[in-house]
Order: sequence, then C-alpha cells, then structure tokens
Amino acid sequence: MNEALPLIWRRIPERYNMLGSKCLNCGTPYFPQRKMCPKCRRKGKIVAEKMPTEGTIYSFTEVHAAPKGFEQETPYFLAMVELSNGVRVLSQVVDSPADKIKIGAPVNMVFRKISEDGEEGVIAYGYKFKVK
Amino acid sequence: MRSVSIIGVGLTKFGEHWDKGFRELIVEAASKAVVDAGIEGKEIQAIYGGVMASGRLIGQEHIGALLADQLGMNPIASTRVEAACASGGVAVRSGFLAVASGAYDVVAVGGGEKMTDVSAEDVATALGGAGDQEWELFNGATFPALYALMARRHMLEYGTTEEQLAAVAVKNHSNGALNPLAQYQREITVEDVMNSGYIASPLKLLDCSPITDGAAAVILCATEKLKQLAPNGDAVEIAASAQASDSLALASRKSMSEVASTKVAANDAYRTAGVGPKDIDVAEVHDCFTIAEVMAIEALGFFPKGTGGKATEDGETELNSTISVNTSGGLKAAGHPIGATGIKQVSEIVLQLRGKADKRQVNDAQVGLAQNVGGSGATTVIHILRRRK
Repeated sequence: MNEALPLIWRRIPERYNMLGSKCLNCGTPYFPQRKMCPKCRRKGKIVAEKMPTEGTIYSFTEVHAAPKGFEQETPYFLAMVELSNGVRVLSQVVDSPADKIKIGAPVNMVFRKISEDGEEGVIAYGYKFKVK
Repeated sequence: MRSVSIIGVGLTKFGEHWDKGFRELIVEAASKAVVDAGIEGKEIQAIYGGVMASGRLIGQEHIGALLADQLGMNPIASTRVEAACASGGVAVRSGFLAVASGAYDVVAVGGGEKMTDVSAEDVATALGGAGDQEWELFNGATFPALYALMARRHMLEYGTTEEQLAAVAVKNHSNGALNPLAQYQREITVEDVMNSGYIASPLKLLDCSPITDGAAAVILCATEKLKQLAPNGDAVEIAASAQASDSLALASRKSMSEVASTKVAANDAYRTAGVGPKDIDVAEVHDCFTIAEVMAIEALGFFPKGTGGKATEDGETELNSTISVNTSGGLKAAGHPIGATGIKQVSEIVLQLRGKADKRQVNDAQVGLAQNVGGSGATTVIHILRRRK
C-alpha cells in the first residue's frame, strides 16, 4: 500500500488511546473523532473525550478470507464492540478462546500491532479487544 | 418535474470475460441499448456512467470521457457517477434528474466493472473502499465480515437461521438458471450452501455474490417527447426515483439488523409513485450477500421486520409467488459487476414490464421496483417503474 507516515501518525491519539470526541451541547460521545456533531451541527461544541476501554461484544464474525495485509492472520475474529458509554467500535478480538467469543461477552481493550506495510513499510499499531 | 421513460436496455453476458476489457463491455451494452430503443444514437445529449473502482481494478479514471470517446459520442457531456455498489443505480437517477429537469430530452446511462484483471485479494481491497477505510477496513474488516456482523444481529434479534439465508441463494440460483445472461445458470441446494466454506461466519461462500465482469446500459427519454424522438421504442415509465444515505461506518448505525437508508428511500419512492409495497409485482433487490436480501425485503415493506428469512424459506419470494424477487438471479447468480448492477436491475424490471422476460416472466407485471445499495447501506437508491397504459 506504500502508506505515507503522516497517514498513520495523525491517528495515533485515537488508535493508541481511543481518544474520541464529545459534543458539549447534546452530550453525545463519538469515536472516532468528529469535527462536527451530526445532531447539533453548528450549534454543537466538540471537545476531546477519552473512550472507556471496556465493553461487551455486540456482534462478531470469524474471518476466513482476508484482505491484503491480513492474509497471515486468518482465521481471525472481528467484533462490533459496544463500549460502556454506548459507543460502538469495530475491532479484532485476540487472545481469547473461541468458545468465549459470543454476543454479550465482556471485553477490554489491548494494544497490538494492526498491520505492516510490507517488510520495509510503516507498522501500524492500535486497539484490539480481549474477552475478560 | 417532467415524466421520464426508459426506451432502451442493453446488457452484456455477466461472467469472466477474459477476452474483453472494460471498453469492449461498455460499448457492447450501450450499442444494444441504442438498438433496443429504436433510435439512431444522435438523439442522445448526455451520458452518465456508473463505475465504482476502475482506478483500482483497471488503473483507469476519467471514465466519463472514456465512455463518450469509445461510444463515438464526442463532444457531448459525459459524467462518471460513483456510489460504491450503488454507482449504477445512482447513475440512472442522475440521468433521470437531468431529463426530468428539462436539461436534456434523451440521455444514455451506462455502467460496468472489469473485475478479473486483478487478484481476488486486490478486488477485496478495492471493494473495501465502499466501507469506512480508516476505522473498519483498517482493523481487518472485509465486506463479507460487515454483512456477517449484521447477519448475526438479525439471527439474534429475530431467530433467522443459516438455512433461511441459504434459501435466498437457492432461490436466486433457480432464477439465474432461467437467465441466459447470468453468470451462474445452475441450480443449487440448501445443502450446497451449508456445505460451502465460511468466508466470514455465519456467511459462507454461497451466501456471497461473485466477482464478475459485465456492463449494462439504459436510454432515458422525456415521456412527452417519446412520439417525436423515440417512436419505435417499447417505453416503460419511471414512476419514482429516490435516494438516501447513512453513516459510512457500520459502528455508527443505530441498528445493525436493518438497512435504514432503504426504509427512507422506499417511503419516498412509494409516496412519489402513489403505490405501496403490495402493489409491487416484481422487485430486483441488492443481494450482495443473502442477509442483504432478507433485510431488503423487510425494509421495502414486502414482509414485516424480522420475517424475511422465513418468508424466503416458505417460497414467498419465488417466481410468481407472493412477490417475485430477483428474477434475474440477483447479484448472487446473475453476478455483480459493481457499476453495472444497479442498471442491470432496472433493465430486468423493464423486460418484466414489457412482458419480454421469457422463461422468468412474472405474470401480468404492472409495477416493478429496483433497490441498489452502496456499501453496507450507506447509500440506497430505489426506482419504481410502471408499465405505460
């Protein structure tokens, strides 16, 4: 993919620390960050808000046919995780026994390598989740 | 706005065309549409082309200009329209709006995708661009995976089963077997689907639409100008054209077991056309995955929410049953050359309303609907067509 460094670098606060946004006008939390609150638009006031790192599995799948960059990992589990503040994030579920990965299972965030851009390219890190 | 009619349709065979490139496919489809319309071609004042990922798949952008050039239509205006898997349907809507507004009297709408010149992994990556690249595809999501997450919610909330999903593929292959232009013209069984390997659980290989080369085209004409400009065509009226959007990321959707953009666009289309779900005789819906058809026939109001799987298993969407869904074979069996799909859906409805769908003809079809979805539901475009009295 030949990713440029800034493409990875500019997302570090979100991907390493799950730093999202919150609208002070309506109180809605957002992840990833938004520059405009879709509910309040110009009336909204967006500030940084750290997301909780715990949640539950809202839905999941085991991926057997991977896109480029993930071929080595198949099969792997992906989940829609509902964080404790109600915000949902799509993420891999790792280091968890397959029979524990089910809807409603409690999970917490872990920091992992996500992908690498070839042997000499940029390595991207970020969040994954693990069943508690 | 003026009434708009479809006067001509043209399709290539859908499948793996190792001997044909994008140019050959689109010229073939467009030429067939012009002949079908019974016009010379010089009546066409503008072109709209639906293509999703030509940059990734064939290294070619500026498709609007390419179309006008290859079709011998320079110097008329020619514009590419992109809305992921809904590119074709949105191109039809762009042409519709251009004619309805009075800007043009006759336009050509074409679409296609040449998908077999790159590896399956490259296709998967290119199609991933229909989703949220930075926050979902980046984390290892694929399109089958996004629909799998939706399927699992639907199964949890409504008790939908993997066998019911398989019934969608079985029914669409049964229709595809009657369509000489379909990629797969063979029947399959529920066991075949259940025994095919998982792509992204609970979705298996035979729950997924294939990688396809193909092109489709339609010619639109202002209804008030039909006698003057297209006296030889077998015209079908566009009774409604509607489009709606939703969040790109699946994570941002309120519900993952329904396609909200389809509900919004359907309500708009039904109101404009002055019809309801019960008036639709034949529908082409976006079955990129079997669960997508289940959610489509619920969102379109053909069946109550949560009952689409059971209705399909009970045979209610088969040819000439309660409502005939995906008589072409759908994306599943007819194939899914992305930019062509939305136009092929409209073409199939035109053939049905003309009474020219041969072995897959729906009895006395008067009103038909085409629902084309981009990504996992971030775009829906719906057209309702009506047989002219």
